[in-house]
Amino acid sequence: MANIISDETIEYVGILAKLELSEEEKEQAKKDMGSMLDYIDMLNQLDTSEVEPMSHVFSVNNVFREDVVTNGDDREDIIKNAPAQKEGSFKVPKTVD
Amino acid sequence: MSKQYETVIGLEVHVELATKTKIFCGCSTEFGGAPNTHTCPVCTGMPGSLPVLNKQVVEYAMAVGLATNCTITQFNKFDRKNYFYPDNPQNYQISQLYLPICRDGGIEIDTPAGKKTIGIHEIHMEEDAGKLIHDEWEDCSLVDYNRSGVPLIEIVSEPDMRSADEVIAYLEKLRLIIQYLGASDCKLNEGSMRADVNLSVREVGASEFGTRTEMKNLNSFKAIARAIEGERARQIELLEEGKQVIQETRRWDDNKEYSYAMRSKEDAQDYRYFPDPDLVPVIISDEWLNEVKAKQPELQAEKKERYKKEFDIPEYDIDIITGSKHMADIFEETISLGANPKKVSNWLMVETMRLLKEHEMEPEDIKFSATNLAKLIQLTDEKAINSTVAKEVFEQIFNEDIDPVAYVEEKGLKTVNDEGALRSTIEQVIANNPQSVEDYKSGKKKAIGFLVGQTMKEMKGKADPSMINQILVELLQ
Repeated sequence: MANIISDETIEYVGILAKLELSEEEKEQAKKDMGSMLDYIDMLNQLDTSEVEPMSHVFSVNNVFREDVVTNGDDREDIIKNAPAQKEGSFKVPKTVD
Repeated sequence: MSKQYETVIGLEVHVELATKTKIFCGCSTEFGGAPNTHTCPVCTGMPGSLPVLNKQVVEYAMAVGLATNCTITQFNKFDRKNYFYPDNPQNYQISQLYLPICRDGGIEIDTPAGKKTIGIHEIHMEEDAGKLIHDEWEDCSLVDYNRSGVPLIEIVSEPDMRSADEVIAYLEKLRLIIQYLGASDCKLNEGSMRADVNLSVREVGASEFGTRTEMKNLNSFKAIARAIEGERARQIELLEEGKQVIQETRRWDDNKEYSYAMRSKEDAQDYRYFPDPDLVPVIISDEWLNEVKAKQPELQAEKKERYKKEFDIPEYDIDIITGSKHMADIFEETISLGANPKKVSNWLMVETMRLLKEHEMEPEDIKFSATNLAKLIQLTDEKAINSTVAKEVFEQIFNEDIDPVAYVEEKGLKTVNDEGALRSTIEQVIANNPQSVEDYKSGKKKAIGFLVGQTMKEMKGKADPSMINQILVELLQ
């Protein structure tokens, strides 16, 4: 494997992804990420200087909605998705700015 | 000798667009609904839901870009800005990083040193986040996603401002343009316009910028001005002590008049933007662009020119009236209901401005309708009420938008136009005030004022002073 992922990198990526990894999982993730980057390196060997970046997998554009209210009050159903709720709101651990 | 410092300021202004629905779903954007009553699977980030772009958002963004002399990007994409925070249920905000809809514009402001152009780096479209309320009882936070997905444009200026005054002038100009376009009501106190201030200081003459900080939580022009003064002083003090300014986000506390470094959302600066695969590109054709250009409404400069041609009112009054879209709308609507433009302008310039000042309100907060102002002017035109009563009635219109016709009727404020009754009251007043009559006849013409006042008192204010004057002169001959 050409790409070696450091302990620091895997720790950082874990924080960004909000994942707590065991030592075993970290080792596995380092291997997986390394081989992914190897694959990217392979792609990078292609000369793409003349190729427009792809903006979307479908060649579709300008899909719009008109500005008309179509949704009513669906709070009862929506709030069922909350792990915890209080007075019609999603209840979450205290956040500080 | 102490060093001279220059303040360098750039602004990021978020404006909530005046669409009826959110940017990617058909939920209402109405302000003030009960928590989570304007939500759906899209704006609460449910897996499998798909966003569909509101066309009006693109048109408002284009309109603002055109009015601020920007180049409109004809090939647009949306990107995901990734971060974890409960106000953002998708764990990413849909925004535009790589291809913002407007670029390289600018607006002109007036400064004591003359006109100055403040550059606009870019304007991009994005979605607003939900609102977090801290619950004291349970020491938890409650999330309301009604605001999640409300369309925003973020207007990023160049670091072209050098003082709080320039910042305020820029914001006022920007707000006026957007209000004229009808793209937003731009209320700082309700959060439909929010400004983040990026500020650094450097020694006068230096070519490099200093390290900047970003200040948030500024919800009035006064708070912005105080925050700029406070942050400038803080940074200069650090430099004078030989310390460094740290690049960070600070939260302004307007009560304590001090800013605090915000606890950084851990590693939040790594947003890992990438193109949103759920949204297809937006291509703005020349045809569409021209359509929006053709629909651009009259802005302040054009309105001023038109008023100068159409109405015989002072230029100063025109400046004030057109200085608020809302006030200009009331002005025009009252005139269209048949009122004399000069009189409408007078009510706006004198009584309205006086009451706004007294109540510490902005012209945008005016609640009264053109209909009731037009009716009041008609009452005075017909001499149904005199000017003192009219002012009283206007105060009621200003406060509660009452119907002046019904009010005058109900309170019995109509001027007594019965000349016979007025004449006999005046005769009584003349008989009761021989001294004033004597003074008047011996040449002290001012004495008549006292007699008018006495008559008005007898008539309980419900008489036409010019009519009293006329009869008095006649009787005193």
